[in-house]
Amino acid sequence: MLYIVLIPLLLSCIIPFISKIKHKLHTGLFVFLIPTVIFIYFIRFVGTEFEPVRQSYNWIPSLGINFDFYLDGLSLLFALLISGIGALVVLYSIYYLDKGERLGHFYVYLLMFMSAMLGVVLSDNIFVLYTFWELTSISSFLLIGYWHFKEKSRYGALKSMLITIFGGLSMFGGFILLSVMTGTTSIQVMIQNAEVIMNSPYMPLALGFMLIGAFTKSAQFPFHIWLPDAMEAPTPVSAYLHSATMVKAGLFLVARFSPIFADYEWFFIIVSVAGIVTLCWGSYMAVHQTDLKAILAFSTISQLGMIMAMLGFGTEAAAFAAVFHILCHATFKGSLFMVAGIVDHETGTRDIRKLGGLMTFMPMSAALALFGTFSMAGIPLPFLNGFYSKEMFFQSTLDLPAGANVVATFLVDIIPYLAVFGSIFTFVYSLYFLFGTFAGKKQVDQLPKHPHEAPIGMLLSPFILVLGVILIGLFPNAFNGTFIAHAAEAVAGSAVVENIKFWHGLSPAFQMSLAVVAIGTILVSTRRKWSKVYTFVPGGRSINNIYDAIISKLDSWSRRITTFYMTGSLRLYMAIILSTIMLVTLSFMLVTDGFTINSNDLAPVRLTEIAVVLVIIAAAIGTIFARQNLAAILIVGVVGYGVSLLFVIYRAPDLALTQLVVETVSVALFLLCFYHLPNLRNKKDSTGTRLTNGIVSIGFGTLMTLIGISAHSSDWFGTISDYFLKTSHSLGGGDNVVNVILVDMRGLDTLFEITVLGIAALAIYSLIKIKIKKGTK
Amino acid sequence: MNNLLAVTETILLFTTIISLIGISISLLLLLYRIITGPTNADRAVALDSIGMNLMGVAALMAILVVTTKFNDVILLIGILLFIGTIAVAKYLEKGVIIDRNMD
Repeated sequence: MLYIVLIPLLLSCIIPFISKIKHKLHTGLFVFLIPTVIFIYFIRFVGTEFEPVRQSYNWIPSLGINFDFYLDGLSLLFALLISGIGALVVLYSIYYLDKGERLGHFYVYLLMFMSAMLGVVLSDNIFVLYTFWELTSISSFLLIGYWHFKEKSRYGALKSMLITIFGGLSMFGGFILLSVMTGTTSIQVMIQNAEVIMNSPYMPLALGFMLIGAFTKSAQFPFHIWLPDAMEAPTPVSAYLHSATMVKAGLFLVARFSPIFADYEWFFIIVSVAGIVTLCWGSYMAVHQTDLKAILAFSTISQLGMIMAMLGFGTEAAAFAAVFHILCHATFKGSLFMVAGIVDHETGTRDIRKLGGLMTFMPMSAALALFGTFSMAGIPLPFLNGFYSKEMFFQSTLDLPAGANVVATFLVDIIPYLAVFGSIFTFVYSLYFLFGTFAGKKQVDQLPKHPHEAPIGMLLSPFILVLGVILIGLFPNAFNGTFIAHAAEAVAGSAVVENIKFWHGLSPAFQMSLAVVAIGTILVSTRRKWSKVYTFVPGGRSINNIYDAIISKLDSWSRRITTFYMTGSLRLYMAIILSTIMLVTLSFMLVTDGFTINSNDLAPVRLTEIAVVLVIIAAAIGTIFARQNLAAILIVGVVGYGVSLLFVIYRAPDLALTQLVVETVSVALFLLCFYHLPNLRNKKDSTGTRLTNGIVSIGFGTLMTLIGISAHSSDWFGTISDYFLKTSHSLGGGDNVVNVILVDMRGLDTLFEITVLGIAALAIYSLIKIKIKKGTK
Repeated sequence: MNNLLAVTETILLFTTIISLIGISISLLLLLYRIITGPTNADRAVALDSIGMNLMGVAALMAILVVTTKFNDVILLIGILLFIGTIAVAKYLEKGVIIDRNMD
């Protein structure tokens, strides 16, 4: 199974070479074989006696990350959808994409996506699942931005990337929590240990993170906004990714984990509400669109919401209906996207206001669209699969178990009404799509191209999908036991026995369907009169605006924050650095009660020391107020000499020697520099600046003094200097202990101090030389 | 004899301390000159004098702690003071310390 998953990815490596000969042989012809082979591989598993298959390949065993594949009914359903519709989409794209396009890129991205999607649905290991999940996001990004010279393509690609990656990362967080809770990375083991997860205090967090991932990927409200913008992709991509497969990855995730969470009532509340709201909002907004693909995008959003709601209900019947509708939706929505692509391809526009009356020009496409839209609308005819799933949806909304708390009870009461509301609008946009394109008056003069029927090869894929719609519609029970029941069993966690029947009698669900058709028909015929309602809701308030505002505000705010403190002024950076050190150190010392002042072991102070220190202090203060550069240098010289005097007093002749030489050399260097510099000392800072400078410097100095005193007062360990004094002669062969330490005991430090000086000398030399070279140029 | 030695030691000690106090006062006065000093030449001379006072302090400290280790320091201060003062003087006179063209 590893090879089946990775075949598309591996073969995508040779696509660029094959696409070199694309003018003789369309690259898609070669690619078509791959999903077909995969489809044939998976179709062998379909049957009444299907048992889940488990296979494992090592990847990173030490971290518990392995290619564990688990093929149960749900995975099989998705794998068949991915490979089957993948094959049809490749077939369609052969006729849709011209040989002048960059076909190599297209098919590489598409195969990459196919691998990723197969990996998502077949992985049992959550981290492998996450890896493939991100690969779907990336390949979707590449496919949406396929025509990268278009501004809107890039916008749509970026938007879908940001939203789905946001969700993916959140889902990753949920996965980590789950694996920490259960100590395993296998989803099936987690399902067996569901009570461990349910009893964990982190369970709501894990669930919330995971649901964000599922909702963003499956375009649930309010994360649905990326899907309409993803319609800038080539139509085969929209048909494949954004109706049949990738957007169902979120549904797959919820379905996969629902055996764990199904009994948790907030799972019911969140998932059902998200689904129902998405259903209503998507179908309501779809009627407002003018672009064919935008109608279908919002329709996809709304249908995904419906499936999500059913997954949230958590009953066996609802799980069955959800799985069944995943199959149905993939068939009719795929065909509708392809029809929209055909219309675009043959007339040159997708704007429904310019289209109309195409029935006579494109009878085949019109017939295919008729079946697709009627199935989507759920019109009660015995050969449309959409009707069965819609009927089961209504039935499951009516059969909800009584809620445990107030919110759940309220939801149980209100969900059937919302379901009917959403379905009415589904009916409206389905017929709007059909009649707006193919019926009504002809506007041939408005079209960029003269419309004509598409080539037969282009019609083949939607025809096969519509055939699927009708076959499922005519013989639903042939698919039931062999296929759908296994998938529903994987979702519900127990064997599900449901019969799909067309005629239930005059059940409440059927009455709801009739009401949808009746009210829908009225609304379709009076659409122009009530379409003003869209100027009130949503009006100017849309979630897209919020998204755009967030993106641009993030940009401007972060820029503002950065320019606020990154002013380029070193004085400010210095103040920030020192204040931070001050704040952190001070709070740490205060919290740990670190300041101690102990005067037990202080040496007596002599008069000379006082005098020298007074001189140093006076000179240091004098430096600050000196007006001229040279004066400042000379006064600083006093400080240096004062320090060397202190070394003398404290009996450190070597230090005193070095200090004197260094001090003299630095004074000379200062004199060298300042000759070339302007007299900065005359620059007047504002009072505020001087005040902050004063506060920071006094504060920092005080802090360091206090720390020095505390460090001296808390003398915890004895010194090691006795050792040096004792062994300086015997081990080092010298009486000058300082020098013995420098070259014998700690010779390594000296070596690198020498290196530092060497580097500094080289740097100065090269700086001067480079400057001279630049000057002569 | 011993008595005489002790007396001499006491005298030496007192002399040293008095000298130190004197040098300290001299340092403070020189400091006044170096900080206020109307021109930089005043400051340069004051710094030079401070250096000489340092030599004195070093010598007195050597007497106080009875050591010869500070003799190097005293000699070094002498050399450095000369060099430093020449450098400052040249700077004040010509604006540069090291002439680039020796013609």
